[in-house]
Amino acid sequence: MRFLAIALSTVTVLGTACSGRDSGTGDSATSTAGVDLNGAGATFPYPIYSKWFSDYAAATGVKINYQSIGSGGGIRQFSEGIVDFGASDGPMSDDELTRTRHGAVLHFPTVLGAVVMTYNLGAVNTPLRLSGDVISDIYMKKITKWNDSRIAALNPSVSLPATDIIVVHRSDGSGTTYVFTDYLNSASASWTVAAGGPGRGKEVNWPVGLGGQGNEGVAGQVKQTPGSIGYVELAYAKQNQLPIALIRNKAGEFVEPNIASITAAAAGVLLPSDTDYRVSIVNGPGAGGYPISSFTWLLVYKTPPDAAKAKKLVDFMRWMYTAGQQSAAALDYAPLPGDLAQRLTTRLSEISLPQTP
Amino acid sequence: MTDTVVATPDPAERAPPDGALTLAGRSIGDLIYRGLTTVFAVAIPVLLAFITFEVVAAAWPALRQFGFGFLTSSTWDAVRGQFGAAPMIYGTVVSSILALILAAPLALGVAIFLSEFSPRWLRQPLSFLVDLLAAIPSVVYGLWGMFVLLPILRESVMPFLRDTLGLGRTPFFSGPAYGNSMLAAAVILAIMILPYISAVSREVLMAVPRSQREAALAMGATKWEMIRDAVIPYARSGILGGVILGLGRALGETMAVTMLIGNRHEISPSLFAPGYTLASVIANEFAEATTVLHTSALMACGAVLLVVTLVVNAIARWLVWSVAREPKS
Repeated sequence: MRFLAIALSTVTVLGTACSGRDSGTGDSATSTAGVDLNGAGATFPYPIYSKWFSDYAAATGVKINYQSIGSGGGIRQFSEGIVDFGASDGPMSDDELTRTRHGAVLHFPTVLGAVVMTYNLGAVNTPLRLSGDVISDIYMKKITKWNDSRIAALNPSVSLPATDIIVVHRSDGSGTTYVFTDYLNSASASWTVAAGGPGRGKEVNWPVGLGGQGNEGVAGQVKQTPGSIGYVELAYAKQNQLPIALIRNKAGEFVEPNIASITAAAAGVLLPSDTDYRVSIVNGPGAGGYPISSFTWLLVYKTPPDAAKAKKLVDFMRWMYTAGQQSAAALDYAPLPGDLAQRLTTRLSEISLPQTP
Repeated sequence: MTDTVVATPDPAERAPPDGALTLAGRSIGDLIYRGLTTVFAVAIPVLLAFITFEVVAAAWPALRQFGFGFLTSSTWDAVRGQFGAAPMIYGTVVSSILALILAAPLALGVAIFLSEFSPRWLRQPLSFLVDLLAAIPSVVYGLWGMFVLLPILRESVMPFLRDTLGLGRTPFFSGPAYGNSMLAAAVILAIMILPYISAVSREVLMAVPRSQREAALAMGATKWEMIRDAVIPYARSGILGGVILGLGRALGETMAVTMLIGNRHEISPSLFAPGYTLASVIANEFAEATTVLHTSALMACGAVLLVVTLVVNAIARWLVWSVAREPKS
């Protein structure tokens, strides 16, 4: 009888394991039942999004679950209809827009972010001044020494060392890289694909430099390596007190990246009335605007498949464009200019809510 | 490795105890047990085949477009849709082999000390500490590497190798010392695989029968001669098994390497130059890859990594096999 007993106990163990799993899924089912909306995408705006979602849940009881899996993954999951909304640091391409499960997609800018140049020049105390074409040539290996005449011309009061410039870039695909290369693409003709340059993208073929993993990888490398230069998100640079370069904008001013100058960059961009908001605001014409600034977007279907969810999403976005904008600055994100937030609130009516049967 | 063979009668041949359920003279419990273990054993190759199939299927668009060029090209340009994995293949193999060269002698030394020389009271805690190295998460190694190892390499080790020893005249140690480099990746990998090799080697060395040692000592061998001529040859194939285990771990290691190797798509003979590995490029780019070709090129890297691992393991196994066949001295 021993074998039978062992067989029986095996069955019992398996049975318990199964029922354990059942109760597990039961629990998660109840917890997902408490979540009203699911979203996925960009990591860059994750801190402000999670603050918004928790504030909104506290105010209205509507729970929104957001997974910061990266813009690429967000676009993929949104296109396949797995999540109710997506989030991305770069707009979807025309090609991507044709391959969605539920038809037309609307891009809604949420906040603004900026990419800043950080560097390690030990003795130099005054903030370095740089321009788009100089940054581009540093990242294309055309400028290799810190005391290059073109850097010196921008920084007449700084005594620059005669050392090699060590270039650091992101190794992981990221919205930060997209914004940075989008800026170089706009500010320097030689950076473009047409001119044989690296072009713009979340991951480009860098002509020179070391790849750091994430903001912390780039910042860590720059902090440790004398003579290095790299780019990171503004929030990261501020919270870690990294040296930040002033960048020359189209109006010829050297601008420090901060909340005001980033919002000014968006205010300077004139959007036509029929815009789809898939616009780049880098290197914009606005006075006082910081040139390496960008929107980050929420992706929403024009005709969402689920009416109840769509209504909740629209209500949240209306809140986001009013109360939500005010909490952005505390987390080092720049709020949208007031009139733009208003325009976008009006645009929410473009999301057609299907008739409930 | 044991010499003693305990003669156990085949349970199936033994008559089932009185009263047990039987089928064709066999215990039903045994049949169920046998069936279950067979299913488990078959599940492994099936799973492997399934993974291989999925990876190759997902990699197909890139493999079809670039063909053999995927293995030989050094261009990796997501903007233009040009993908070649040669620098990553090179980086994966070189960093792992370099790590083995650094780790294997060290691990063997640790194992010999623990099994032959260590006082009893020290053996347990020291073994525990070495094994503990295997429990540290990869990302912690990466962080430690970034903030401790890289500055040491950049400021002391690399200038020492290049200038003081004059190795900078060879292509292997030339160029500027950034820190992030093939060398940094190899050193961190060496530390990470050390516990695997040393744990296996230690167990194997301890399993060498006393009689083997006593025989050597009785012949008038010194302790060193005993270890060299009697203990290590006896444990040879087991030690090599440990080395293979370490190699497998090094080939697939992702996070710590990604944080230290510099992530540059370039083949450079210099160990001071940054490189790339197959696992790193997948970790770096998969989340943000949107085009079908880019995703499929990353999957192709996964397929290549699978093949590289298989080939390296096969070579290593062949080595073990040929060594184990040699007559013991």
